[in-house]
Amino acid sequence: MIYLDLFLGFLKVGCFAFGGAYGAIPLIRDIVLSYRWLNDEALTYMIAVSESTPGPIMVNLATYVGSSQAGFLGAVIATLAVVLPSFLIILLVMVLLKNTLKNKYIQAILRGLKPCVIGIVLATGAYMVLGNCFDTVSTLKVNLQAIIITVLLVASMFSYKHFAKKKLPPTLLIVISAVMGIVT
Amino acid sequence: MNILLDLFLTFVKIGLFTFGGGYAMIPMIENNCVERKQWITHDEMMNVTVIAESTPGPIAINCATFTGYKKAGFIGALVATLGMIVPSFVIIYLISIFLDNFLELTIIANAFKGIKIAVGILILDAAKTMIKKMHKKKLPRAIMVCSCIVMLCINLFAWNFSSISLMLIAATVSLMIFVLNGASEQKGGAKK
Repeated sequence: MIYLDLFLGFLKVGCFAFGGAYGAIPLIRDIVLSYRWLNDEALTYMIAVSESTPGPIMVNLATYVGSSQAGFLGAVIATLAVVLPSFLIILLVMVLLKNTLKNKYIQAILRGLKPCVIGIVLATGAYMVLGNCFDTVSTLKVNLQAIIITVLLVASMFSYKHFAKKKLPPTLLIVISAVMGIVT
Repeated sequence: MNILLDLFLTFVKIGLFTFGGGYAMIPMIENNCVERKQWITHDEMMNVTVIAESTPGPIAINCATFTGYKKAGFIGALVATLGMIVPSFVIIYLISIFLDNFLELTIIANAFKGIKIAVGILILDAAKTMIKKMHKKKLPRAIMVCSCIVMLCINLFAWNFSSISLMLIAATVSLMIFVLNGASEQKGGAKK
């Protein structure tokens, strides 16, 4: 049943999303693609929309996937499922287990989880960037337009950081990229 | 004003005005909950951020649940967390209704050709920031490199293996290494 699938799928995301929104994107991608809820293209658009609208990115993605699969009720279920684990865990930590997180075994587990999440995020980002530059990864057919946009975007990020001494805001990068997509 | 209503409205405001999610929301939460309302202290706020890093889920939700519970118990936690979600939910729900029609416009489709690229770069950049903050030791580095390679293979060759299993393996390996090291130290072995 779709409601149950949405609930369990996003509960899993909520349970394993260490490292904030970017840590959650590979998980959401995994689950959304394996259930065939959205294709890679549609999901990428939605990541951009979640980045450019207010609120936690994970919640935005859950609401969108839920709504696209099962309307309003689907959106409610997916959204609640994604926040439920962190809600319960924080309550548990505050009420019962004040020192759990300092436990040496828990710390050992976390020391394994965190670098793993970083590896997963790195691989996902690299795969997405490469996937854009080559039309099909297996034949390595080059998409010149995408490569030009990639180079220009990276260059603008670096020059902004160099001159403004701070990071280019993600929303601004998305706006620049949209303009480039239209112009080229 | 009623504390529950105040909690709800404050978190609705935070949810409505913070773009980018995650760490981008922390200054806004700090400004409202610590400085203006004085619901929690600066130290507590630092603590939540640390807890948030060690627990799964959106950081903003962790902060909302913590602050709500601190001020008004379970109901407070519930109200603050819901307040945090409501703006995102309403905005994204409205967008989701119109997005499909929206994407059929040629100009939007072209714009998304560029946006798609930006999203990949943003994720890669997030990974770079995470690597910078990582412990510069052998074990975390090894785990990071191995997970990265496995995850790339999963993507490239469509391996039927989920990232969650990968995380469980990494956690188990790290725990076992810790336990084994501890055991050898107790035997008097000064292995480091």
